Amino acid sequence: MAQTLQRTPIHDRHVALGARLVPFAGWEMPVQYEGVIPEVRAVRSDCGVFDVSHMGELEVEGPRAVELLQATLSNDLGRLTAGDAQYTLLTNERGGIVDDLIAYKLDDFRYLLIVNASNREPDFAWLKERELPGSDVRDVSDEYALLAVQGPRAIERLGLPPAKPFTFAEGEIDGVHCMVNRTGYTGEDGCELLAAAEDGAELWDRVVARGAVPCGLGARDTLRLEVCFPLHGNDITPETDAISAGLGWCCALDKEFTGANELREVKARGPERKLAPFVMEDKAIPRQGMQVEGGGEVTSGTHSPMLDRGIGLGYLPAPAAVPGTEISIDVRGRTKRARVVKRPIYKREESS
Amino acid sequence: MAATETYPDDLRYHKEHDWARIEGEEAVLGITWFAQDALGELVHYEPPKEGDTIARDSAYGEVESVKAVSEVIAPLSGEVVAVNKKVVDEPETVNADPYGDGWLVRIRLTEPSEADALLDVDAYKQVVAES
Repeated sequence: MAQTLQRTPIHDRHVALGARLVPFAGWEMPVQYEGVIPEVRAVRSDCGVFDVSHMGELEVEGPRAVELLQATLSNDLGRLTAGDAQYTLLTNERGGIVDDLIAYKLDDFRYLLIVNASNREPDFAWLKERELPGSDVRDVSDEYALLAVQGPRAIERLGLPPAKPFTFAEGEIDGVHCMVNRTGYTGEDGCELLAAAEDGAELWDRVVARGAVPCGLGARDTLRLEVCFPLHGNDITPETDAISAGLGWCCALDKEFTGANELREVKARGPERKLAPFVMEDKAIPRQGMQVEGGGEVTSGTHSPMLDRGIGLGYLPAPAAVPGTEISIDVRGRTKRARVVKRPIYKREESS
Repeated sequence: MAATETYPDDLRYHKEHDWARIEGEEAVLGITWFAQDALGELVHYEPPKEGDTIARDSAYGEVESVKAVSEVIAPLSGEVVAVNKKVVDEPETVNADPYGDGWLVRIRLTEPSEADALLDVDAYKQVVAES
């Protein structure tokens, strides 16, 4: 453990707020401030802010940037115009998932990729190896701070105009310039604000002053699992394919990209295992790595504050991976019942 | 909702952050303020069964927060005579009142002399200071 943990530009603020800091993907990050449960509730009912500056930013530039990305990313970038963003996968030759990320089209010759913190280096190396003459890949992560502001009142609290999901624009929050991305990892309305690293702490202060509740990675993981967003390293990995993970919707199988043939084959024959969401029937909390009777494994599990139950995602034999199926999970030697449900696990009751 | 940091001086402590309140031939067991604070809001308590035998220094149950699971270590050996059902239903009771409503089990002591080896409050505070 001689390795020093990296700190984000917001680090001092986390310390001042009394956050519990933990090592995560080589960074010292806040896992919680007040507590995971109140932070989850703040995001579901109003507005929370997360420092996600540990995430990586890669810029791909040049006349052949789009060609490089179309050949390496699963989704079809051709559908984007400048100002659009897209959820997509970096895939390997076996159709496995090197990373999941969001691609932002800055202009015809310039794309920004926001990638998982733990995959910043592998992603960069992957793309750099495949660079074409006329496509320059740069790791610009150290230049940016990134704040996710999420919740039904996030946009209102920030004083931002309404905009469609998966779009972005230049903007400012009380004088701090940033890129306002209509994206997130909580299932709530909101945005992610990308600012120059040196402006990060000031932007954090402005957002908090507008009433966003500081939230840590604990709440972030719980929120994403409640809405069944996969976590790379848990639910999706280089060994799992997009079709089995239920991510076929972001694979443009009518174009060529790394592993496309393998994915077409999986799709044609049907996956043997599928990633399925489930809710515990017994009182118990599923955790990553727990075995499911009859085959299958939990890849993510937590306690859902919104359902007040254990919830999870796991790979199940395809016939079992249908809503309504009862499954049994080995929770440290005790058999606990759960039921497969539809995505998402949590959905706000419609008021209109 | 969370209690403030306290370590009552009428309790005996185990270095794994457990406490015992000895009442004649029985003892009430629970986890300390330090333990519940380290775990965060508890969302699950997996208790032993009444009648189970528990052994000093061994796990007799589990408590879980959103992010972590922890075994609860028995500071004393005995037979479980009662499980706190309130904590089974509302595990956050432990966060709110770790030494009162948040007790975990009541046992009948089988080796009462084991109590001599437990820490008093000052010795336990030293353990906390070094944690």
